[in-house]
Amino acid sequence: MARFPKPAEGSWTQHYPHLETGAVSYEDSISPGFYALEREAVFRRAWLQVGRVEQLPRNGSFFTRELAVADTSLIVVRGLDGEVRAFHNICRHRGNKLVWTDFPREETRGVVRQFACKYHGWRYDLDGRCVFAQQEGEFFDLDKADHSLVPVHCDVFAGFIFVNLDREPSQSLREFLGPMLLAIEDYPFHEMTDRYSFRVECRANWKVFNDAFMEFYHAPVVHLGQHPRHMRAMIKDAGYEAPHYQIEGPHGVVTTAGSLHRGWEMPPENVKPADLATRSGLFGAWEVPDLGELPPGINPAGVQPWGLSSFQFFPNFAIVIWQTGWYNTHQFWPTSHNTLMFEGHVCSVPPRNASGRIAREMAAVAFKEYALQDANTLEATQLGLESRVVERFPLNDQEVLVRNFHQAVGSWVGEYERKRAKG
Amino acid sequence: MALLPSAFSDLEPFAAKWCRATERERWAARTSSGMDEMQALYDAVLPRVPEARAYCDGFPLDDMPEDAVHLLQLIYSFVIVSFPVELWGQPYVPDTLGTTFDRISEPLP
Repeated sequence: MARFPKPAEGSWTQHYPHLETGAVSYEDSISPGFYALEREAVFRRAWLQVGRVEQLPRNGSFFTRELAVADTSLIVVRGLDGEVRAFHNICRHRGNKLVWTDFPREETRGVVRQFACKYHGWRYDLDGRCVFAQQEGEFFDLDKADHSLVPVHCDVFAGFIFVNLDREPSQSLREFLGPMLLAIEDYPFHEMTDRYSFRVECRANWKVFNDAFMEFYHAPVVHLGQHPRHMRAMIKDAGYEAPHYQIEGPHGVVTTAGSLHRGWEMPPENVKPADLATRSGLFGAWEVPDLGELPPGINPAGVQPWGLSSFQFFPNFAIVIWQTGWYNTHQFWPTSHNTLMFEGHVCSVPPRNASGRIAREMAAVAFKEYALQDANTLEATQLGLESRVVERFPLNDQEVLVRNFHQAVGSWVGEYERKRAKG
Repeated sequence: MALLPSAFSDLEPFAAKWCRATERERWAARTSSGMDEMQALYDAVLPRVPEARAYCDGFPLDDMPEDAVHLLQLIYSFVIVSFPVELWGQPYVPDTLGTTFDRISEPLP
């Protein structure tokens, strides 16, 4: 018996005519050949989130970003005019990686007026112009104006910095995001500068990982142990249903009801003692900050009681906005067809006092306890898929975003191949 | 010399091991400790959390005396051992030994 009404068509999946209901292949997650196509068709075409504007607090602030999926490194920098720009991190003289500290393969950050190459001393201003070539007179007809850093298309949405590696992106960032994601633009992300950051390299395809963060069907199973013992049978029996799914092009959102989210309203025996003591838990600090009026787009169907909305930014980024007034992000960067770098951030308004700091620590620790369960399970999934013993897998209606996501990747790859065939 | 404020001297036996500045150090302490040791820390700290919060709230977060910072760090260690004690019955999250999830940056203290 459905707890929440389904669309008139009978299911969320059938509500979207481009989706079928049959079993799906996971060849797209185990094939090195398909990954080679994805790198071109998806990661060199789509807008990719690479950081927050708060990471560039001053003019001249920069960070580098290693993008193994595109075999490149980027410099993201705030110019003297305050604009955020991105460049490939390569000196135009002999191809040395321009900006790095101690370890050429690791990311770095800082504040500069110019970028100077560690090899032969060529220098570039923050707009990427070559302003100095060592012993310029030794070169043959060298025009520094022809040797600027190679720019990367860069734009900012709600303080999130996006890049596009295509020579000429077919869509602007805002066209790419579309109305459903643009509708969260006015959420006060810029006030949530208190940030815990996590990373791990895992042995799974980036989509297999992303799948688990698009559905909560797994939550009452994988994460069952996170609840007090006497509640587990009830939670497992209840399973998971979302009150709202929405799909727009390759992007998606799932909203969850807030029945387990209000620890302070629950009988104390149903809350872990450490949550009671710290007034916090996975769902965030119980002291909800006053954020003023929030954009309706964060809860697009007006679900009450609202728990969270998880916004899936195609291809590899998600923002989860919680009723308790904070957000976290997930990002899935492929490093090969069956490995990825998983990155997460837990962000909130800075605490007013030590009690607020302790509550945030509890939320950040709980985030890791859950993420570890996901990460290890997904390595196991990758192993199962790679056996190729089973060819097709059924997806249910709570996995509608997973279905749409793989279909979107497939259609981007298909379109790329058609264009390439035409030459 | 005492690490904690005098009002929390009963927690002093736990301070040398568990007053750790970063999650990475606290995680290492958790995963290298036995359940008895973590249960003892948990049992000692849990009833003192409200009082410890009130004590630390008496200072601005960016200008806390050293002993109050230590107390805060001890509460963080209580938080990280609460999962083994309340849920797992072992230092690691069950079925997760094949992976890690490193906290690469965090607000301090």
